[in-house]
Amino acid sequence: MLSAETIVQSLASGLLMGLLYGLIAVGLALIFGLMDVVNFAHGEFLMTAMYATFGLAVLVGLDPLLSAPLVAAALFVFGALVYLGIVRFAMRAKKNIGMVQIFTTFGLAILMQGLAQFLFTPDYRSIANSWLGGKTLSVGDIFLPVPQLAGAVVSIATFGLLYFVINRTDFGRALEATREDAGAVALVGIDRNRVFAIGWGLGAALVGLAGAIMATFFYIYPDVGSSFALIAYVTVALGGFGSVFGAFAGGIIIGLVEAITAMILPPSLKSVGIYSVYLAVVFLRPRGLFGSI
Amino acid sequence: MTTTPLLETSHVWQRFGGVVANNDVSITVAPGEIVGLIGPNGAGKSTLFNLIAGATPPSDGTIRFDGEDVTALPATARCKRGIARTFQVVKSFESMSVIDNVIVGSLVRTASIGQARDKALEVLEFTGLLHRAHAPASELIPSEKRRLEIARALATSPKLLLLDEVLTGLTPSEAQYGVELVRRSRDRGVTILMVEHVMEIVMPLVDRAIVLDLGRVLAEGKPADIVRDERVIGAYLGERHRARSA
Amino acid sequence: MDAASFAQGRFREFMLAVLLVAGVATLPLFVKDVYIQNILVLTLMYAALSQSWNILGGYCGQISLGHALYFGLGAYTTALLFTKFGVLPWFGMLGGGLIAALIALALGYPCFRLRGHYFVIATIVIAETAYLLFLNWDWAGAALGVDMPVRLDSWVTFQFARSKLPYFYFALMLAFVTWIVTWAFENSKWGYWWRAVKDNADAAESLGVVVFHSKMAAAAVSAFFTAVGGSFYAQFVAYIDPGSVMSFQFSLLIALPAVLGGIGTLWGPALGAAVLIPLTELTRSYMGGTGKGIDLIVYGMLVISVALARPDGIVGLFARRRRARASA
Repeated sequence: MLSAETIVQSLASGLLMGLLYGLIAVGLALIFGLMDVVNFAHGEFLMTAMYATFGLAVLVGLDPLLSAPLVAAALFVFGALVYLGIVRFAMRAKKNIGMVQIFTTFGLAILMQGLAQFLFTPDYRSIANSWLGGKTLSVGDIFLPVPQLAGAVVSIATFGLLYFVINRTDFGRALEATREDAGAVALVGIDRNRVFAIGWGLGAALVGLAGAIMATFFYIYPDVGSSFALIAYVTVALGGFGSVFGAFAGGIIIGLVEAITAMILPPSLKSVGIYSVYLAVVFLRPRGLFGSI
Repeated sequence: MTTTPLLETSHVWQRFGGVVANNDVSITVAPGEIVGLIGPNGAGKSTLFNLIAGATPPSDGTIRFDGEDVTALPATARCKRGIARTFQVVKSFESMSVIDNVIVGSLVRTASIGQARDKALEVLEFTGLLHRAHAPASELIPSEKRRLEIARALATSPKLLLLDEVLTGLTPSEAQYGVELVRRSRDRGVTILMVEHVMEIVMPLVDRAIVLDLGRVLAEGKPADIVRDERVIGAYLGERHRARSA
Repeated sequence: MDAASFAQGRFREFMLAVLLVAGVATLPLFVKDVYIQNILVLTLMYAALSQSWNILGGYCGQISLGHALYFGLGAYTTALLFTKFGVLPWFGMLGGGLIAALIALALGYPCFRLRGHYFVIATIVIAETAYLLFLNWDWAGAALGVDMPVRLDSWVTFQFARSKLPYFYFALMLAFVTWIVTWAFENSKWGYWWRAVKDNADAAESLGVVVFHSKMAAAAVSAFFTAVGGSFYAQFVAYIDPGSVMSFQFSLLIALPAVLGGIGTLWGPALGAAVLIPLTELTRSYMGGTGKGIDLIVYGMLVISVALARPDGIVGLFARRRRARASA
């Protein structure tokens, strides 16, 4: 029988992980909200960030907490390049644009996994020593792992910042406007490609942040991204496409549901809880919780 | 007139959240008429259209068609009973050819593709699109796409055809063709209810006009009387006044 | 084009398929290498699978990335009925198909209310749930799956150890059958309804098409044949486990040939399979062994370039040339 303590511990960990899921998912939500593209290589962006953090830690001895902004910046550039070099052409398809986008990014995901395998071998890597890694903070009887805690804090801060940027700045308004009507926006002189490239960059940078933090407590290997990618999609869809806040709320819900499921079902069935909740929500609300699209 | 109306809306209301789009609207359309539904922007014309077509259910009131209460029936069932419509923003099946578009319409009345194709060819000839029968719908110019909308709807062998601004934004010759097409459709036995903005074109065409303003029926009657009706003029002037002061 | 020339065109299409099938049927006379025969069998199987997927995804426009569910259901139904109850695979195949169709209908009821990405993700998530359930279902072998040792070569039990040819011919027949089914539906009211629903569901409704019924019909047909393909696969490899028949990767592999060859077209899936499967298998054999991931790099680049360069698929290439010739 589960004690109250175990339950609270589980929920606390679930909440922290959920906030991190939200951070992973928000990049996806941003890109989708901007241009109606689901990036099937999102998990691989996460993987890239984790390897980059690992590389910096091993080669330069840079702690993940310090390298996080660098990794985010690098992912920003990478994301923008992916848009400009590949996705931009996918958007030009006159027919079946949905399928073209899905399979273009899917191909990219395979390519990135292959590259990771080629460069780093399939071996599992981890960062042995880091400021955050391996430490826990105890609040009463609850143990909060410091990396996840840091991740949660970064996540909340990021969402706060995003809210500000999207609702209060010109750039945020440009993002919204471009999503609404790209044609009209072009007339006003805003370059659609520029906005999209920045959008992709931003989306990648956000998941880059998450990756840098996750590298402190997760094993790093070529297809580590796949499982998180699916969680990210479900999170965004649960929260509702087009809603950044939805990704935040969705992440928390997913994290908690995952924790609760782990208490009831065997570990290999952990995800079934998440999937069931997603289906239950969209069957009742076909556009997710806060979706506008 | 002692004939039972083909279409009758009784005290129909449509509310969206806090907005009342249709306010106690009761209209009738007799078989064989061409009726114009006009009014300034925001009058509730498109909303009423969607209600009659079955795209949305009314918040209140009933809709009777051909002697039957169809209020609870969805669009597909109403189509089978003889209500067809076009969309203001043309919704052609872009990946299909022109004739295939029309065949989809014919299939309401027959399960045989052969018969559906024959009917489609006949309708395409009627609407002057026969020469484009095998072109992909995506390659039609806008006025041709409008005609395709009408052709598709006519292929369902409707009793009532709802036309949503099919004459707007056309060149004079295209508009004239459109007017003729509407007349010829009526001659074939199709009753027509059309929403229009372009007064000069629609007034000579319709037998009767119904004017909506701010969700209510403002006036109805013969076109000649409507254009002189002070309330109608006021409604349109009011719109222009509102637009100017905005 | 009048009715007569249209019928002629249809007949010519059918004859072309018959000729192709006849031609492919003679391949075993020239191809004796077992490894290549294996690739041929897989190519034909993927052609059939993708053709089935295409009915729901290509014609009706409902993109399912969870079709491995039906494939797996077919495989497991056959394998379990055979190993646990001694039911012949032929019945297992039929049973698997029917079960898959029924489940597709049951799932369709809530799922077809969803649009766009919500629907796609629902299909992924449902298939993943099934995968996880089978992974933990001890009676079905859990992670170890079901082993079907081949005792003797027989068409009755549809098991052959000594030669791949019977599998080859069955796969060929299955590919042909799924092609015929698609061809027949194309010129039926269902085919027209499906394409209308795909292009514009609102307009379709205004023309009397009951969108929900259309989607359900497409789903049931698609699921049925995908499951039959799964049953075939179980007999072909004589061993199945959740990872090989119900994974997300597999769902993508079922859809990919249709996308490559031309989604929503009659010939697309077969063409796509003919190009993609041999390439995939050869890449994996020659480059995958090293574990260096080069096969993935090549495969990934292939998928990207195909998706970008030919959004109409290979079929689009021919259509363009034909239209140029017609207008000349």
